[in-house]
Amino acid sequence: MEHYNMNLTLKVWRQKSANFKGHFETFKVAGISSEMSFLEMFDVLNEQLVAEGKEPIAFDHDCREGICGMCSMYINGRAHGPWEQTTTCQLHMREYKDGDTIVVEPWRANSFPVIRDLVVDRSSFDRIIGAGGYISVNTGNAQDANALPIDKQKADESFAAATCIGCGACVAACPNTSAMLFVSAKVSHLALLPQGDPERNTRAVNMINQMDAEGFGSCTNIGACEAECPKGISLENIARLNREYIGAVFSGSGESKS
Amino acid sequence: MNWKDSFSTSIGKKLQMSLTGLFLITFLLVHCYINMQIFYNDGGTRFKEAAHFMGTNFVIRSVELGLFAFLILHIVQGLLLWAKNRSRRTVKYAVSAGNKTSPWYSRSMALLGTLILLFLILHLSKFWGPNRYSQTFGAGELDLYTMMRDEFQMTWVVVVYVLGCIALGWHLLHGFYSAFQTLGLGTNKYKGMIKAIGVGFSILVPIIFALMPVAFYMHWIQ
Repeated sequence: MEHYNMNLTLKVWRQKSANFKGHFETFKVAGISSEMSFLEMFDVLNEQLVAEGKEPIAFDHDCREGICGMCSMYINGRAHGPWEQTTTCQLHMREYKDGDTIVVEPWRANSFPVIRDLVVDRSSFDRIIGAGGYISVNTGNAQDANALPIDKQKADESFAAATCIGCGACVAACPNTSAMLFVSAKVSHLALLPQGDPERNTRAVNMINQMDAEGFGSCTNIGACEAECPKGISLENIARLNREYIGAVFSGSGESKS
Repeated sequence: MNWKDSFSTSIGKKLQMSLTGLFLITFLLVHCYINMQIFYNDGGTRFKEAAHFMGTNFVIRSVELGLFAFLILHIVQGLLLWAKNRSRRTVKYAVSAGNKTSPWYSRSMALLGTLILLFLILHLSKFWGPNRYSQTFGAGELDLYTMMRDEFQMTWVVVVYVLGCIALGWHLLHGFYSAFQTLGLGTNKYKGMIKAIGVGFSILVPIIFALMPVAFYMHWIQ
């Protein structure tokens, strides 16, 4: 792939905190290499801002290899940019041409309040996990993993659901700000395994109740979440979550823990 | 958690939309089949027979009450969900993904539904309303076939009916699949089949409905 340098115009959302009104600020960056990642381009911009004595742009990032789910940027109308099944750190500048203008916004959802600039508070996801996205384990030695036979297809589906990195792109992309794809992945990867089976009813009910309490919108099966998910989590998981919830509620065994 | 409480959760509301929607889909099938009798072009003999049965049978008239209840629930719950979901993103995106990540009609169900509702008000005030009024106040059943033939000579009525059917088609294109997905049937095994039947239904049924006013207007049937 041919290497080239480019000059870009960036329109970036700046916001002091959730209590302040935000606005767009326009920046020019020069000599950006096509081999840089999108976040490296932001590093260049921030070094430039620091050198000019200005406040650098706050943005979330951690692993920079597509597995931590931190790099929440809404780029030209797309969560994590235009590439399929990638996070922002995996988006490379060869996507852009010299002279392009790029608009970068934070995840926008009332359940993800802005902490600063492009950084949003996704602790609502943690509280949903805390409501039931776990397996209660008694004390004692861990069992041998092979002691429980698990259907190969279910193991694969469970693993596919477990690849969810909780980045929140599903909420950011959803016109309703629904968190159903996230919750369905977290319910599915446990519900498909024998270890997750005993708590499946309380898990589904408690996690949905917490999801509603956090103020996420409701799912209307639009499918933008699946299209934008960096891990390719399937809508099939939402169908499974619906089944889990209906089963739990109408079997009467979805008693909520007080 | 009591199962009754589940109606107030987000999935419970989805279920209401799904089940009432499926009932309305079933109604469309019956309504379409009855009205298709006009295509025999027999001066309305078969149609009148069917319409008389539907308009006077005790069981059908009882189900009609349920139909209105479900229709109103579908409309009210749909609009409430729309308003609630819209309020969850106070600061909107400056640039939106548009049709790159989802089809426009899936995002426009409230708009399409409102258009169908406006059409329904006109439709009911032209046929169902006058007929039930006449039945209730002793004047007996009206000749719906002749009423159709007369109404569908007016160009604006035919245009509104065709537009109503187009809105219905787009609404069904999302709604049919969505109803099954909400019931948890949108698995990889069945998704393709449900989508295929949904597309067929959403194209075929509105076209047959739209052909009725058009056929009268063009004098294909007398």
